[in-house]
Amino acid sequence: MSYISKPKVSHPKSKKNNIGLKRRDYEGVVSTLCAGCGHDSITAALIQAVYELAIEPHRLAKVSGIGCSSKTPAYFVSQSHGFNSVHGRMPSVATGANAANRDLTYIGISGDGDSLSIGMGQFAHVIRRNLDMTYIIENNGVYGLTKGQYSASADIGSKKKKGPANQQKPIDPVSMGIALGSTYVARGFSGDKEQLVPLIKGAISHKGFGLLDIISPCVTFNDNPESTKSYSHVRKSQNEVVDADFVPPAEEILTKYKEGEAMPVSLHDGSKIVFRKVDKNYDPTSRAGAYSFLRESQAKQEIITGLLYIDKEADDMHESSGSSSIPLSEISYEELGPGKKELANIMNRFR
Amino acid sequence: MKPTNISDPNYFHKVVDCQWACPAHTDVPKYIRLIAQGEFSDAYMVNRESNVFPGILGRVCDRPCEPACRRTRVEDKPVAICRLKRVASDHRDDITARLPKPPSKMNGKKIALIGAGCASLTVANDLLPLGYDVTIFEALGTTGGLMRTNIPQFRLPPKVLNEEIQYILDMGADLKLNHRIESLKDFREKNNFDAIFVGTGAPKGKELNLPGRYDSKNVHIGIEWLESVAFEHIDKIGKDVLIIGVGNTAMDCCRTSLRLGAKNVKVMARKPREFFKASDWELEDAEEENVEIIVNHSPKEFVVKNGKLIGMLFEEIKYQINDDGKIESSDVIGEKIIECDDVILAIGQDNAFPWIERDLGIEFDKWDCPIVDEVTMMCSLDGVFFGGDSAFGPKNIIWAVAHGHEAAISIHKYCSQENLEERLPPGMNLTSQKMGLHEWSYSNDYDGSERRLMPHVDLKKRFKQLNIEVELGFTLDQTVKEVERCLNCDIQTVFAANLCIECDACIDVCPVDCLTITENGDEKDLRTRLTAPAENLEEDLYVSEELPQTARVMVKDEDLCVHCGLCAERCPTGAWDMQKSTILLPKAKDEAESSPLKKVSNI
Repeated sequence: MSYISKPKVSHPKSKKNNIGLKRRDYEGVVSTLCAGCGHDSITAALIQAVYELAIEPHRLAKVSGIGCSSKTPAYFVSQSHGFNSVHGRMPSVATGANAANRDLTYIGISGDGDSLSIGMGQFAHVIRRNLDMTYIIENNGVYGLTKGQYSASADIGSKKKKGPANQQKPIDPVSMGIALGSTYVARGFSGDKEQLVPLIKGAISHKGFGLLDIISPCVTFNDNPESTKSYSHVRKSQNEVVDADFVPPAEEILTKYKEGEAMPVSLHDGSKIVFRKVDKNYDPTSRAGAYSFLRESQAKQEIITGLLYIDKEADDMHESSGSSSIPLSEISYEELGPGKKELANIMNRFR
Repeated sequence: MKPTNISDPNYFHKVVDCQWACPAHTDVPKYIRLIAQGEFSDAYMVNRESNVFPGILGRVCDRPCEPACRRTRVEDKPVAICRLKRVASDHRDDITARLPKPPSKMNGKKIALIGAGCASLTVANDLLPLGYDVTIFEALGTTGGLMRTNIPQFRLPPKVLNEEIQYILDMGADLKLNHRIESLKDFREKNNFDAIFVGTGAPKGKELNLPGRYDSKNVHIGIEWLESVAFEHIDKIGKDVLIIGVGNTAMDCCRTSLRLGAKNVKVMARKPREFFKASDWELEDAEEENVEIIVNHSPKEFVVKNGKLIGMLFEEIKYQINDDGKIESSDVIGEKIIECDDVILAIGQDNAFPWIERDLGIEFDKWDCPIVDEVTMMCSLDGVFFGGDSAFGPKNIIWAVAHGHEAAISIHKYCSQENLEERLPPGMNLTSQKMGLHEWSYSNDYDGSERRLMPHVDLKKRFKQLNIEVELGFTLDQTVKEVERCLNCDIQTVFAANLCIECDACIDVCPVDCLTITENGDEKDLRTRLTAPAENLEEDLYVSEELPQTARVMVKDEDLCVHCGLCAERCPTGAWDMQKSTILLPKAKDEAESSPLKKVSNI
């Protein structure tokens, strides 16, 4: 942690986005995580992404559970809404918030412990609901806040700074996300912002559940070379299969892509994601293909990254439940409440 | 790009913009930190080491350090470096015991210094402690040169001047006042000096030969007029005064006029304001005293009626200025007589060497100035050295001091029969400033306070006497605020590539986007690929060795770094560290200590 806060002075030529804000206007309080924590890099990527998307701070809601990862919402976009909830229960809070106001942008920040251990049930069900939100798992393979015990995402044979190697099978959030039907699944690495920022922008613009598993080394307990979640190991084993560029609505897709190499996919808000397949056999719109590719690469002990699967046609929670297009939060009490008589009629329909 | 060679003292010296810009390379951040600690005497001595006259320069320095100050690149105004220098001087204790002392045994070498101004005094300051027998020859009846004759007392009180000059004279200089050298040839023949230093300034004010110039006694030459005022030969002036020219001398002339009874003073400028030579603060001070500055008026004629000056005829000019801010063309759009009782010409000054015979072996250039080596300060005649305005034309005090230091080194080497060109190179020490976890030896938190304003004597009071110092000096509160504005640019960010794990923590936390990890390239290309484009080509890029994990490089644009130390604070491996660079610039005493002759004699 740092004792001075980041000086208010900024680069005199820093640019403003479409709504007149500078990148530094999207910052939060200074991080109290360990120096060099991957989570802080993810925070910086988030700041970059929401700045580039020109999201109005008051139209953004950040939700989190418990853990090092879940402290992150304090460190970006101070002027947005935030809810630091109970361990593993962030998806419920996000669901409730989204049910009440479907117009906000929701970013959930979780960790491998918060999502894959205590919050596993909630994690599975929020995918099932296809809640329109960005769900970030800051994945470091250890419980940092309780001094670095192996978490559910630690690989077999991976060894942290102290103690024996991990012997239990890992849960891979990406395979699980695809298996459970998440409509946007990507894996990034905190040490590669060039890849990470477009992945976050894509997830935010995607209508439906955007799952981002981001490997985020724990410098204090799990950044030794024998750990599969260390900076050096990820850099050695990373295999980017799909390079995804994010193109905002107003911008045209430039002709920098060669014919046949690039595949643009339009999102609901008019923005586009341009896939450039690094691995020619990979098809990010095929759920089955993505799943088997993942299994194969796991066997080869590769860490595959990039935008691995997208389904932009699936209905999100509001569409499948046919709820009002006007956010409930904006409908007056008189309109929302059917009245005693009408309520009795409704109840009778279910008898 | 190749990895930056940070062991080259010039690399980090350049990052300390103020010190780099100062001709005498005063260690500004160091003395500002000492002031912050209340160690005024120490701060004074740090100053004195390089600029010799902290009290004088703390008032009237031309401050090349301030426009260079890094603070001007992240916000409007520089640190008030010059004013803080004055704080150190005003609040110091008696430092006489800390001054260098001459050795008990002289070295037998005799040096003549011609002129008792800042250049000569600096040479004396450097050579006396080495055992040289130094004699200063001064034409006037008092020391200080142009510092005394041309700078009015309301800007530089004689007490301050006398005190700092006396420090040097007390080291044992032989001062010969009222001793004008009329012929260098005679002087050399009649005396037997081992070396001669000429520090006679640029004592001749420029003329303006227009019709009517010599028809009245009320047209004065600025620097001569100021000198007459200084020596109390002149104590009054007419009600309406015109000053021709807008340099710093013009500012002194107009403000002095107000103190001698002028009621209505106009400074006449030929060009628009952006072309003025006067320093901004001197213009502001003059305007505060209700001096009117009139632009775009070119003098044409002195209007004299019946032997009495009644005004001056000007042409009004209109300038076409192009996009680069340069004058493309000009047209005369009218003529105008401005009435006045006196005119003071302050359009520049020249060197004058009527006393140096042209057959002595001293080569002169086409402007009739001696040709002086810019490093050794020696002219084409062996053993004759120049410094200050007499060397390369009018500059300012701090340049004269810088020349004096270099000349002293040369004189020492000349007298020791060493090669003048083989001078000690600059050195540098780097010391980590880490005191503990998140604890640095300097105040690293950025203070967003604005520059403090110098308090002035009330307008009603200040004109009563010529010698009321207008600037009061910073108060304690102002000093406390102003020292915190210094960014401590000498506390350098030093990077060890082998320790970096490329976690990006430093890049993310940097408030001014000056860090990038990227593939290496040539400088032009790299400058466009950084977190924020590095457009200030005057500031270097600090490029690391290849990083261990990805073979990319860490690039730091030195331009905007505010030296907050957050990169080092957020670095998990200590790859970044904040280290103080102490730039060691050799003086004559260092040359003397390293001299082979001395080493031999020590055995």
